[in-house]
Amino acid sequence: MLGKERALAICHEALNLSAADQTEVCLQINDIHLSRYANNSIHQNILEANISLRVKAVIGQKIGMASTNQLDSAAIAATVARAYEIARLQAPNPEFKSLPAPQPISAVPSFYEATASITPEAKALAVGVITDLAAQNGLWAAGAYSTSVGETAIVNSLGLAAYQPVTSASLTAVLMGDGCSGYAARTSRDINKIDPAAVAEEAVNTCLLNRNQLSLEPGKYTVILKSYAAAEMLSYLGRLGFSAMNYQDGQSFVSGKLGEQVLGPNITIWDDATNPAGMPTAFDAEGVPKQRLLLVENGIARAVAYDTISAGKEPGKVSTGHAPRGMTNNLFLAPGNSSLTEMITSTERGLLVTRFHYVRTMSPLPVLITGMTRDGLFLIEDGEIKGAVKNLRFNQSVVEALNKVRMIGNTPSTHGAATCPPLKIEGFTFTGQATH
Amino acid sequence: MRELTRLALEKAQLAGASYADIRIIKSKEETINVRRGNVQAVNSSESHGFGIRVLYDGAWGFASSAKVDADSVLRIAEQAVQIAKASALVKREEVELSPAPSVQGYYATKVKQDPFAVKLEDKISLLLEADRRLQLDDSIRVTTAGMKSFFEHKVFANTEGSYVVQDLTHCGAGMSAVAAEHGQVEKRSYPGQFGGDYAAQGYEFIEELDLPSQAERVAQEAKALLTAPSCPPGKQTIILEGSQLALQIHESCGHPIELDRVMGEEAGYAGTSFLTPEKLGKFQYGSNIVNITADATIPGALGTFGWDDEGVAAQRTPIVRDGVFVGYLSSRQHAHKLGLTSSGAMRAISWNKIPLVRMTNVNLEPGDWTLEEIIKDTKAGLYLDLNKSFSIDDLRLNFQFGTEVAWEIKDGEIGRMLKNPVYTGITPEFWQSCDAISGKGKGEWKVWGIPNCGKGEPGQPCWVGHGAAPARFRNVRMV
Repeated sequence: MLGKERALAICHEALNLSAADQTEVCLQINDIHLSRYANNSIHQNILEANISLRVKAVIGQKIGMASTNQLDSAAIAATVARAYEIARLQAPNPEFKSLPAPQPISAVPSFYEATASITPEAKALAVGVITDLAAQNGLWAAGAYSTSVGETAIVNSLGLAAYQPVTSASLTAVLMGDGCSGYAARTSRDINKIDPAAVAEEAVNTCLLNRNQLSLEPGKYTVILKSYAAAEMLSYLGRLGFSAMNYQDGQSFVSGKLGEQVLGPNITIWDDATNPAGMPTAFDAEGVPKQRLLLVENGIARAVAYDTISAGKEPGKVSTGHAPRGMTNNLFLAPGNSSLTEMITSTERGLLVTRFHYVRTMSPLPVLITGMTRDGLFLIEDGEIKGAVKNLRFNQSVVEALNKVRMIGNTPSTHGAATCPPLKIEGFTFTGQATH
Repeated sequence: MRELTRLALEKAQLAGASYADIRIIKSKEETINVRRGNVQAVNSSESHGFGIRVLYDGAWGFASSAKVDADSVLRIAEQAVQIAKASALVKREEVELSPAPSVQGYYATKVKQDPFAVKLEDKISLLLEADRRLQLDDSIRVTTAGMKSFFEHKVFANTEGSYVVQDLTHCGAGMSAVAAEHGQVEKRSYPGQFGGDYAAQGYEFIEELDLPSQAERVAQEAKALLTAPSCPPGKQTIILEGSQLALQIHESCGHPIELDRVMGEEAGYAGTSFLTPEKLGKFQYGSNIVNITADATIPGALGTFGWDDEGVAAQRTPIVRDGVFVGYLSSRQHAHKLGLTSSGAMRAISWNKIPLVRMTNVNLEPGDWTLEEIIKDTKAGLYLDLNKSFSIDDLRLNFQFGTEVAWEIKDGEIGRMLKNPVYTGITPEFWQSCDAISGKGKGEWKVWGIPNCGKGEPGQPCWVGHGAAPARFRNVRMV
């Protein structure tokens, strides 16, 4: 760790060398410590060192960017000169108005010493908790225990100066047996919130329940998506639907529909990187403070997310703190009051989905996505789990799905870019069958 | 550099490592993106650093640093051993390596015109011209054109006496037009998906793509798709053009033959493989006209190099011969477990990443048809062009691909355009339905470059290639 003073000093050293009209300097340092395991053994164990000093030079409306991973004065000077030269040679971008002016930034709990200081030995022992439980049950465990420690500093020639230290921790477990598999995962800025024993127990239990899979014909089913699956679906809605860039290009499901009912009246979605329940971050890639942004309220489209470029294209708009490209990486879907058990017992016939696999976009406007179910698909009949089912392929519009949510869980959890509770959805479309 | 590698390897051995290797890499990359007539940004990045991989007590450790000096090399070698000691706490068996000869040498990509030496103004001008021609009318809502150039100087050394130096150059370009009207969005691209086509060549490759010459056609087809009929569901005969076939090979053959995946090492992420070792030499992967090779020696292809990141020489490996599955992409560790030697496919995308078993150029060998003959021989079917969506299950069996466009084939002739074609299948059933492969005609078979093959945690988007010529498949289910 360089610390705030040193990190900002390096940025200012670059800033002071720049002859551009406007200049932004961003220093990012991130050391990733990752223990991957498979076949009940750690097979990859790494320290990945990442450093990037990025200089954005603006001459009029011409933008040049250069970056280096060397922080000595000669490398800094060369990078500043390169960014300026690129800007000088390139064509103007009339969409660019200005770099952001400084705004007050509130600190968020983004750094935990326990995460930063955990040793490879301690993580190996935590992985051992999972592999031991797997072996006791005659199963094989695979996954990754990853921690990272880093810092981000951004300054610009308008006086902006932002700094934050960041840690993150993530533990995933895929348990496999003869014709069955299960999954569990946790992610947090604070490693103390990750309990390897709980991850192991959840994944093992799902795996054991997932034996003796029966085949089920594809078709429309009521589904109960566990948080893993629901959060992934929500992140696709965010990626394709809430970016101002897509909105302006007519490629978002809310394009031309702000103020209109676009999702079910029981759906409220916001983005909030300041919420400690997610993965808190104080500012975006341009140094603009993060804020809570209400996107959909009771199904009505309320807003999209802007960076400075997209904000500059609409009169009266300012960045909402979502650089780059209006990305919403801290989505929340408002929890309901149903337990997972209540969702199951109230289902006459349906499928319980643990998570999705290899999800991709088929069509951006309806947020039509495809993918497979994975690591636990279960048939529910008459309010009870009747048995495991071979995986199915789905082709489903997320917009349509979020118009057919019948129950919302009361236990949200964070996975990737979204914090989402379990969801019970009617008429989910499955189109194909896997062999396992 | 030799002195730094010597220090690192000696230090690792002194700390107890039974094997160690080091890669010291200096790289640079330039990206230019144009969108709707504006240069979004030009980004130039440089990176320098090293990574040390060690085996201690039969377990792996890896550490890296951007500070390339003697003190850092000694510190990181020690740290890599400490990490390996932690790995050894959770291990079931000792890692052993298949034998590999000690190698010395130098390899460089053959480049006629260094892409970094071309004037930035000229590169921007080319992209702006292509983008300008894409802007057909108001129905075209988004146009993009971009290019990327990459160079790395890589030194590899290991404790078995290997020391090789490589200078690798890659570049490529592409463009797309998005038409949107009345709640519909359609896209056409050129020359391939994922930002275009890429090769281990110089700027001459980008010039040969000649983006501006194709721009108007691309935009017209994007616009025409808005009013084209939807592709109907049902069983069909399909002909896949080269770049879509390249992705089909990538997902349903390239990934499942990675031996580390086969042995479960990617199970915690993207999954494993149906091509398990007992199938080697026996399993009918495709019809008897299907021949697939992994070949890292094809001049100019994106997955071509001199040595992999274990110092194993680039080679050509049969994967499917006359339809039968016969080979894997492998590393020294994974080949050893099958009593084989490495196929030279262990690659990392930068100095701070560990090498994984990666695709090189995995190619469907050319057949004895021309594309024209295949079309003439097809009474009813679809010609599918350029990928739009892709997904495959965690055994690499159930797949679904969408393409940008389908052209109807009736009585041996190409007919009307259809939108949103999506086909699905099970990998061996699909390849066993292949009954005609082109490549006899001039220029039909070529190696397509995919610059972002995903694998590993943290992700390593790798440069790989796929040789392909259009081929026909029977009884494929359109969704």
